[in-house]
Amino acid sequence: MPVMTEKTNPNTKIANVSQKATENKKVVYNTKDLNLWYGEGHALKNINLAINENEVTAIIGPSGCGKSTYIKTLNRMVELVPSVRISGEILYRERNILDKSFKVEDLRTSVGMVFQKPNPFPKSIYENVAYGPKIHGIRDKKILDEIVEKSLRGAAIWDEVKDRLNQNAYGLSGGQQQRLCIARCLAIEPDVILMDEPTSALDPISTLKVEELVQELKEEFSIIIVTHNMQQAARISDKTAFFLNGEVIEFAETDKIFSTPSDKRTEDYITGRFG
Amino acid sequence: MARSAVQHDNKKLNVSEIIQQKKKSRSVNNYTEKLIPKILFGIAAISVFTTIGIVLTLITETIAFFKDVPFIDFFTGTELKPLGENAVFGVLPLLTGTIISTLIAMLVAIPVGLMTAIFLSEYASEKTRKVLKPLLEILAGIPTIVYGFFAFTFVTPLLSSFIPDLEPTNILSPGIVMGIMIIPMVASLSEDAMSSVPNAMREGALALGATKLEVTWKVVVPAAISGIIASFVLGISRAIGETMIVTIASGSSKNFTFDVTQSMQTMTAYIVEVTGGEAAAGTTLYYSLYAVAMTLFVFTLIMNLLAQYISRKFREEY
Repeated sequence: MPVMTEKTNPNTKIANVSQKATENKKVVYNTKDLNLWYGEGHALKNINLAINENEVTAIIGPSGCGKSTYIKTLNRMVELVPSVRISGEILYRERNILDKSFKVEDLRTSVGMVFQKPNPFPKSIYENVAYGPKIHGIRDKKILDEIVEKSLRGAAIWDEVKDRLNQNAYGLSGGQQQRLCIARCLAIEPDVILMDEPTSALDPISTLKVEELVQELKEEFSIIIVTHNMQQAARISDKTAFFLNGEVIEFAETDKIFSTPSDKRTEDYITGRFG
Repeated sequence: MARSAVQHDNKKLNVSEIIQQKKKSRSVNNYTEKLIPKILFGIAAISVFTTIGIVLTLITETIAFFKDVPFIDFFTGTELKPLGENAVFGVLPLLTGTIISTLIAMLVAIPVGLMTAIFLSEYASEKTRKVLKPLLEILAGIPTIVYGFFAFTFVTPLLSSFIPDLEPTNILSPGIVMGIMIIPMVASLSEDAMSSVPNAMREGALALGATKLEVTWKVVVPAAISGIIASFVLGISRAIGETMIVTIASGSSKNFTFDVTQSMQTMTAYIVEVTGGEAAAGTTLYYSLYAVAMTLFVFTLIMNLLAQYISRKFREEY
């Protein structure tokens, strides 16, 4: 995997730069004493995390540690599970999203999400990207055309699909579908992009493309990415949170987590002793 | 028991050897294995041959009818007087009767059925769905004669309090009741189609800030459209073929009219009336049954082909 090793070096530099800039960066998501239950199961325990804007924050941990639950709480998709109960606060741009007065549609308009499995709509490539802008009231064909092109370029898939925009999205490969889903998410110009294991269903080359894309996107967006793959977290993120049994064990600069973790359990996990 | 015996004898369990032995004793099964498809084909062929037989009978008897009554007169005739000295056979009164009653039924069944399906699949809680869906399916099991009775003794009097000109037998009331009868069919089949749309698609739309209504109308319904259209078509075919309700509640006047407050006869009701009377074999009246039945058959056939075309055209594959 020589490509991967090459990728690590420039990222380390980026991480160092961002370390210096951390002081000036605004906090986009501030989680305070978050607890979450599925029925009787206590899935998230006293989570406290402050996530900065224009950074890639990775969330790692073994299966069932609550990392997907946490990211789904950030856009309240977790509420689709009927038995869920939540306490605590999540401040997004200083407003508590768990407050009943916070309109969930508004939240999800500024916070986009990319799912584990690519989930395009069974419509044309064009319609997939135009769906978001359309439901938010944009009808002008010219503006839509522009948005579609810009978003597909932004997701680095334009050249592959520009000649077949009217074909069904399900004709694309898995990797292309996932980048299409990223384009769909970019089309409404969100502030934050949540990614729930976006490459777990993809082959290595598609994975690499998505990873490169994440690097480009963080210039404009704040990205929170859940990943099973520790190397991926090391390659692409600025900060990493390690979750275990519903708790945050450690949250620090990615460099630090992977070189000198302060908790024994983090070290055991990243060195592959369990998980 | 047998397994542990083997284990004790040989100490080591040799599975592949056992499988080889069993295979030999199963050679008889291979014979049935080859025979089964032929038997199944024979059974499937029964329904195919029955259909062919029915169509052939219809065609030959219809040809006999057109020897007596010219083709053009039958399809353009606005007057139907099958009995008496100067019998006239124009099918248009029956055709309009069938089309109008079907239209009324679908005007009731499509919106109500689809909304019910949307409620059940997208909005209702698991509990509500578990109660409502079986109830709907019970509604589908009520015999049509009961619906006919309901149309004649309840719906018509009810309607005449709004529409004073309503005749005691009219096409409006059975049309509406037919619609009610078809609602469970449309609702249940559409609900099945919508429930089988993967949740990942709903989540994708919700994550873009779509409201529940936007998810339903712009993602779920389009994705399920071929199933939904199929439910409409089955509903329409059911309405076209429905006999008892119209026979009871719409009378037997062979009016050629578009006024829904009047009595009209449908093709099916005509067949009931004539077969119930004295239609001696070989008379024009007798052959007219086949001509009407043939028209009915072609009608439903066209409907089904049209529906297939529509649902293929709008299908969103996933």
